[in-house]
Amino acid sequence: MEKEEKYPLKKVLLICSKGNLEDVYAALVMANGAVMEGIETKLFFTFFGLDAITKKTMNKLHTATVGNPAMRMPGGLPFPTLLGGLPGVEAGVTKMMKKEMEKLDMPPVDEFLELIEAGGGEVYACKLAADMFKLKKEDFHETVKDIITVGELYAMCDGLGTQIIFT
Amino acid sequence: MTTKTIANIKVEVTEEGYLIDSSVWNKEIAKAIAKEEGIELTDKHFEVIEFIRKKVAAGEGLTIRGIGKSGVVDAKTFYQLFPGAPLKKATKIAGVSKPVSCM
Repeated sequence: MEKEEKYPLKKVLLICSKGNLEDVYAALVMANGAVMEGIETKLFFTFFGLDAITKKTMNKLHTATVGNPAMRMPGGLPFPTLLGGLPGVEAGVTKMMKKEMEKLDMPPVDEFLELIEAGGGEVYACKLAADMFKLKKEDFHETVKDIITVGELYAMCDGLGTQIIFT
Repeated sequence: MTTKTIANIKVEVTEEGYLIDSSVWNKEIAKAIAKEEGIELTDKHFEVIEFIRKKVAAGEGLTIRGIGKSGVVDAKTFYQLFPGAPLKKATKIAGVSKPVSCM
């Protein structure tokens, strides 16, 4: 029988392409968790995910109340899609989400990125998406190390025990 | 659970090396565990360790963010003091149980 060798995770590259509060936090929590475990971590933002590293938008992310079938009212009843479209509902739901996250000691986006950076994690923006949204280095948070191409991202994937996670 | 002799004291530890009984902990044990982790403890390390022990004794959860805001160290220094996996290493050296938080 073939001997099964185990390779512990040494490096992880996380790609966040969405700008919903929960999608961004999924990437941030995974990145921060990897840093905490001593895993080399690189966090890459593209398309609407760029909102999470753009100074103007990063701390104003929303959770989508329309088109989210897992959405529930407080108490557990399904959340009607029509209700989700009313003005102010998305803001209210987002506020509630943020309150619950703060209870679990989840920091705001900028502070979260700083925490990841403090542990040696690196944050990058996608060049193509930045060009598309007309964003420059100075529009991004100071934790953003560089704006890179897909090729440069893949070049970072060298080494045994490297994984790419697309959130 | 296994029995291990750390700093000439017989103690019970988990499979990962965390002390089962936090009360048997002393500075010599801390130094011995730290050495296994490749860390030479300084006064600053002990400040952090004492903060962690106090927090755990009070039944409060530990996060790197919380430690970074404690006023004892900032997050970056915490990572430098306990390189690699700071929360796991610092709690092990502090003789408390392994933290279960994702944060």
